[in-house]
Amino acid sequence: MTDREEKISELIKNELNNVDFFIAYGRGYDPIHVKPLFVYEEKDLDDLVMNIFCIHNNASYLKTVKDKKVGIVVKGCDSRAVVQLIQEGLINRDNLRIIGIPCTGVISIKKLKEKMDISRVTEAKVESDSVIIKTSDEEKRFEKDDLLADKCLWCQYPTPVIYDHLVGETIEPSRPKELEYKIVEEMEKEDLNVRFEYWNKELSRCIRCYACRNVCPMCVCQDQCVMESRNPHWISLKSNITEKVMIQLIHAIHLAGRCVSCGECERVCPMDIPIFKIKQKMNQIVEELFDYKAGIDLEATPPLYTFQVEEAKIKEREW
Amino acid sequence: MVMSMSWFIPENEFDIFVKNLSKKRRLFVPVKENSIVRFVEFKDGIKPYFEKQATSSAKNTIFPQTETLFRFEYKKDPKDLKKFSVEISETIEAPETVVLGTRPCDARGFLVFDKVFLNPKHPDIYYQNRREKSLFITMTCTDPEPTCFCKAVGSSPADSLGSDILITKVKDGFFVETITEKGEKLLNELNLKDGDAYSKEAEKVKDEANEKLESPFDTKGLSTDILKLFNTNFWEKELAHCLSCGVCTYLCPTCYCFNITDETSDSEGERIRTWDACMFFHFTLEGSGHNPRPTKAERFRNRVGHKFSYFPDRYDGMIACCGCGRCIKSCPASVDIRKVIIDLKEAANESA
Repeated sequence: MTDREEKISELIKNELNNVDFFIAYGRGYDPIHVKPLFVYEEKDLDDLVMNIFCIHNNASYLKTVKDKKVGIVVKGCDSRAVVQLIQEGLINRDNLRIIGIPCTGVISIKKLKEKMDISRVTEAKVESDSVIIKTSDEEKRFEKDDLLADKCLWCQYPTPVIYDHLVGETIEPSRPKELEYKIVEEMEKEDLNVRFEYWNKELSRCIRCYACRNVCPMCVCQDQCVMESRNPHWISLKSNITEKVMIQLIHAIHLAGRCVSCGECERVCPMDIPIFKIKQKMNQIVEELFDYKAGIDLEATPPLYTFQVEEAKIKEREW
Repeated sequence: MVMSMSWFIPENEFDIFVKNLSKKRRLFVPVKENSIVRFVEFKDGIKPYFEKQATSSAKNTIFPQTETLFRFEYKKDPKDLKKFSVEISETIEAPETVVLGTRPCDARGFLVFDKVFLNPKHPDIYYQNRREKSLFITMTCTDPEPTCFCKAVGSSPADSLGSDILITKVKDGFFVETITEKGEKLLNELNLKDGDAYSKEAEKVKDEANEKLESPFDTKGLSTDILKLFNTNFWEKELAHCLSCGVCTYLCPTCYCFNITDETSDSEGERIRTWDACMFFHFTLEGSGHNPRPTKAERFRNRVGHKFSYFPDRYDGMIACCGCGRCIKSCPASVDIRKVIIDLKEAANESA
């Protein structure tokens, strides 16, 4: 165990009496696959890890355990989901114990997979700005920045925005904010037909497994979601492109002013569909229109929770 | 079963072989798109990808995610508008199909489907028609991955059961052998070179492949162990990190559950069959509003129970899992079914 893991472990041990369980990170089936670790008793902590592969947003589970007292380990990006859920009154702050982890970025397995065969990883480690991955046949060294998840490259919240305990020193944001909507701006340079073809092709792979929805910390409708509901019957169960597009648009629009840009929807997609782009477009609009970023300020009211006849920045103002 | 006959395709002639296969039939091949590999219909310009196991199984080739069972149209009687009739039209589609590049686990998966859909008492005509007209050309798995566990469920990297033709990569090309009569008939059409000279080399490759894999658990007593833990909190704790999405079931070569719905607009519509997943809340939701599996713990218990207990108990011990490991590799929460099984055996042992 590293020092940081020891500290987290110690904090969880001390807090375990105050909660039903703790959600941390644990060892997965190989060194690059980490799993959300549910700690019920001290011995569960044997599996605890805290490293560059801890990409999962543990706040994804909060919507399913609203009636429980829960401890949770969060990075900066994850903590925004916790704040947004509290802002919306969907979870109760008093039921939460939060361990915050200042973070300098986590690795996208998909990016790593593009660079090497990841089926036989035996060891993975970080040495300053490099990531070293060993397999049974080779050892590869990568620049850390080349492997980080997109969201880390423009991260403005390396330190959690809410916590009871912080493990490690506060980290000041150092990534360029301008990159935040670059993936959207790049796409918008393309002709409309090209974009149309692009989304037709990408979304055609969707298998309607709803991983993007289930992992989304803000998708709180859960079993009532219209993607499957027969009453209301807004979309059919067919696997046509029209349904697949509709599903993503419903998800994005339902997240307007709520999406915390954790990127989990895209990470979990088993068909590698770049759906985070859709969410980022929505977030860009929300930021331009309402000057609002989700999950930053406990006291703020999310823009679509209010209705003002004249929003400060809508173009209708000039009509 | 027929006497095994063999052919040989030199490395540089494999593309021609693929093209020839597609001439008279619908051909499915694995294709890489972004970071994933899936089976799609072959057409000119498509480059098949055989290097790694496909991300999704080949089940879509004969069990499409959506299929129309029939179409219907309500027609009003012009003389009496209170009366109307329903016209129904059949829609069975079953073109001759070849699936190239399956792994032994993919082909084994359909044996599980067969038990259910080809039950002699009530065969499913949609599946039956497509199954009869489909042929599987499997490739020996020379590089089984650490997530593979086909040996634990009675298969192996060079298993030919369920395939019509087995291809094994040898140094200078591909050794091709027939497993079924269907496979032999197809290969006779294709005018390939004799493969006898390569059979020894291929056998060696297959033996080596089989030796590469270990068995992470023993299925003996597993069915009883699962039932023993049925009403315990084992499932809730073990699967606490499961997101209850459909990744595992939809990528699985053996998961065959489906939904049937009517999708209507105005006076016409169709009855469709679509994939369904036991991990979804709606899967068992009853008309009354009662749901016998209200949480993911019961749902995952069903997934494991179905594969390793209820199915084998009902169908001569056949385990409804082919050990391909896709559910492990693609799970967003790193749920590992091997670990679930190892842990449940231990828990059942402790409770005994």
